[in-house]
Amino acid sequence: MTKEEKQVVSAPESQQSGIKARRVNTKMVPLPSTSIVPERDLGKEPILECRHLGIDFGGLHAVEDFDIAVGRTEIAGLIGPNGAGKTTIFNLLTKVYQPTRGTILLDGQDLNNMSVPKVNQSGIARTFQNIRLFSNLSVEDNVRIGLHNQVKCSMLNGIFRTPQFFKSEKAFHKRALELLDVFDMADLAQVSAGSLPYGAQRRLEIVRALATEPKLLLLDEPAAGMNPSETSDLMDSILKIRDEFQIAIMLIEHDMDLVMGICEGIAVLNYGKIIAKGTPEEIQNNPEVIEAYLGAQADASAEKEA
Amino acid sequence: MQFLSTLINGLSLGSIYAVIALGYTMVYGIARMLNFAHGDIIMVGAYICFFMMGLFGLPPLLAVLISIVGCTLLGIVIERLAYKPLRNAPSLDVLITAIGVSYFLENGALLLFGSNPKVFKSVVPFGPLQIGSLTIKSTALVSIVVCAIVAVALTLFTQRGKMGKAMRAVSEDKGAAQLMGINVNKTISLTFAIGSGLAAVAGVLLCSSYPTLYYMTGSMPGIKAFIAAVIGGIGSIPGAFLGGLILGVIEMFARTYVSTKFTDAIVFGVLIIVLLVRPAGLLGKPVNEKV
Amino acid sequence: MEYKMSRSLRSNLITYGIVVLFFVVCEILIATHILSYSLQGQLVPICAYVCMAISLNLVVGISGELSLGHAGFMSIGAFSGVVAAALVGGVAGNEPAILVISMLVGGLLAGVMGFLISIPVMRLHGDYLAIVTLAFGEIIKNILNNLYVGMDESGLHFSMNSESSLHMSQAGKVLLAGPKGAVGVNTIASFIVGILLVLFCLFVALNLINSRSGRAILAVRDNRIAAEACGINSMKYRMMAFVVSAVLAGMAGALYGLNYSSFIPSKFDFNNSIMVLVFVVLGGIGNIRGGMIAAAVLTVLPEALRFLSTYRMLIYSVVLIAVMLISNNEQARMVLRRFKNHFKKSRKKKVAPQVAVAGAGAASAKEDGAND
Repeated sequence: MTKEEKQVVSAPESQQSGIKARRVNTKMVPLPSTSIVPERDLGKEPILECRHLGIDFGGLHAVEDFDIAVGRTEIAGLIGPNGAGKTTIFNLLTKVYQPTRGTILLDGQDLNNMSVPKVNQSGIARTFQNIRLFSNLSVEDNVRIGLHNQVKCSMLNGIFRTPQFFKSEKAFHKRALELLDVFDMADLAQVSAGSLPYGAQRRLEIVRALATEPKLLLLDEPAAGMNPSETSDLMDSILKIRDEFQIAIMLIEHDMDLVMGICEGIAVLNYGKIIAKGTPEEIQNNPEVIEAYLGAQADASAEKEA
Repeated sequence: MQFLSTLINGLSLGSIYAVIALGYTMVYGIARMLNFAHGDIIMVGAYICFFMMGLFGLPPLLAVLISIVGCTLLGIVIERLAYKPLRNAPSLDVLITAIGVSYFLENGALLLFGSNPKVFKSVVPFGPLQIGSLTIKSTALVSIVVCAIVAVALTLFTQRGKMGKAMRAVSEDKGAAQLMGINVNKTISLTFAIGSGLAAVAGVLLCSSYPTLYYMTGSMPGIKAFIAAVIGGIGSIPGAFLGGLILGVIEMFARTYVSTKFTDAIVFGVLIIVLLVRPAGLLGKPVNEKV
Repeated sequence: MEYKMSRSLRSNLITYGIVVLFFVVCEILIATHILSYSLQGQLVPICAYVCMAISLNLVVGISGELSLGHAGFMSIGAFSGVVAAALVGGVAGNEPAILVISMLVGGLLAGVMGFLISIPVMRLHGDYLAIVTLAFGEIIKNILNNLYVGMDESGLHFSMNSESSLHMSQAGKVLLAGPKGAVGVNTIASFIVGILLVLFCLFVALNLINSRSGRAILAVRDNRIAAEACGINSMKYRMMAFVVSAVLAGMAGALYGLNYSSFIPSKFDFNNSIMVLVFVVLGGIGNIRGGMIAAAVLTVLPEALRFLSTYRMLIYSVVLIAVMLISNNEQARMVLRRFKNHFKKSRKKKVAPQVAVAGAGAASAKEDGAND
């Protein structure tokens, strides 16, 4: 689908619900195992599959029975009240925490026993809720660090400045600028990352994650601290990333306009358990979700404000 | 019999290490700094006691008391002048300052008292204890007893006392403690005072057992006690006792049964092995970074 | 890109230039007999300690780990360099060649040791890591204090007991004599080779920093978790910085050792490690050029202050404390900043866009660290 078509499709919807929907109007179909994926990803193996994933902190079951499948080009949302365990899931997927139970399959590959860098090399990249840039380094260097495993140059080549070194630096530079261009940040390449405005820092983190050439991109509250117009730009960017790079994206977000606007499949987490899975429409009308967010007596119409 | 006497000597040396290690561990727990000057306060304490007894002919107990008071004041002064202005400074700057203080104390002592070692007269007035064929040196006995007293007193102080609770609160979370109305600066000063007072006690015990007193006397025991604090888990008071005793015993056994030449290598090797098995020391709490 | 390359390149060229200038000035002063004999004797140690400062800066400044045992690597380099020089000296006659070979041997051995040590060390973090490096430094000193090496026509003899247990023939010569250290060393170290070593260390350090590996090291320093999330094996790059640093320290040690006819293992103790650390901190952590200058000044200062005799260490300690207090004093810093701005005003042409707005946003971002 081209961009124009997308907008045509989503226009009437956005009037109806008051949500600026940019979602491709895909049909979501149930998957035999655990979840739903977009129809276009059918027949291909899901990029991510979690089975009974769980972790205990002391005696507390922080996450339990997390089952999910994410399609190869799906934009999936992970929502839930504060403390529900959303970031913990990201930490499990990237192996910052070792799961107590369950399996994670990335593109069919078991991530068991993998370290954080290995997981990244296998194809999961992430951003962080509390931005973790290399703030003393320049914007370009941040992206170059993301490109670390994409362009090779050994230490001795680097120290003794062999032709291999100059070739690799050229490749680093070219690719870094290409990636920064996705967010129109190429002109900021030499600015130190720590001095960027907040929104730009979040975008840079996404670029850096993209640089590692992931198959699945995890975004932890990408719109946090952004104003509505920045958020709107971010939504376009996320769609653009998905379309250009043909990767799956999973995001945690509290901004419901963003989640309902671009996510195709959504999982709702509460107290470490999935309480609902489905399309944005299904989630919006799910009484359990409404209860988790607003308490028992709230009615569905208030849900938008959540 | 050799085994038993080695064990007792080890416990005695370990008790001295433990009392020194307390100073390191308390200061680290509360101010997150490696106070490398602590070892030299031992030396100052021993010198004060030496001159009180030698020059003024004061009774040992009084000399020790004066030494404790002197070191306590010294600790407070050092904290106020050198460390307090660096509360928010990078930790390396604080470390270098502590090393500066250490050099200052060592070279000050060198200038004042010369480089010739002095022979320290033991403060313990009674002779060795004879049980069967086992001879226990009186200083060894006193060291162990003093260490036990300090252990009990300090535990009571930190668990029950109001200031002790404040100290624990500050070491847990400075900001939160401040919001609860605890005077953080005063608490840190108090910690330095207690640590330095204990260093005086350790200095007197150390020199009573090993009577050579010169300007570098505190240096090596300081480093060893520091190692002991880390073995026990730096920041943990019970850990300092445990680490000190373990280190003292290992050192004595290594010296008696393995090799006198490689005692230091063995002691430092133990530290490395302990840290590899327990990266935060025996009783230390590992800190996990939040993601 | 061009802008950045030229900026870092210019800074690096200035650093190399300072070294060359220092060499030329010293040579002129020597030729004109202005430099006193005792200060001339300090030239090789200055080079050695400048290399040590560069080496330690790789660990402390670039990799962000505190090493308190760097003198250990220096001593490995010094003692193995002496042995190597004695071995090679019988074969080759050219002094600078022997010196270079000895430095390579010293660097290699220190590097191997650094690699072995870094396996356990790099499993730790922060202050614990620092303490373990201290422990390794002391262990190295302890072992060298008991190491006896001799050489006769049948080759090298080693012992951990005494000189007599070396079992050498009549013609044998003791090279290392336990606590007495290296004895009867042929002092072949020269200022020019020293300067070349400094340039080499600079070359290695600066090129490493501005390469793929260097960026990975910096990334791990700045934010280990983010670096690992970018697919960087943090352990590998922390070890890399440590080992490269050990190699440079070993080479510096060989240069230093071959400058004295005898030296003892206790020379390379904890205080020596601390001395190098002081160079690095006073020069500005991570600032290679600053560390170099601090090392040169502080190595020569005690010699220049010899007339103060016993007071000089006391003065040194007071200066150390004072510098730390002043550099961390807000008012003093403000004065310094104003002075710097005034100085730099003429050079500021290209101001990066959007930088001014950033401060507040970035700061609030850090405080919003509350977790899910």
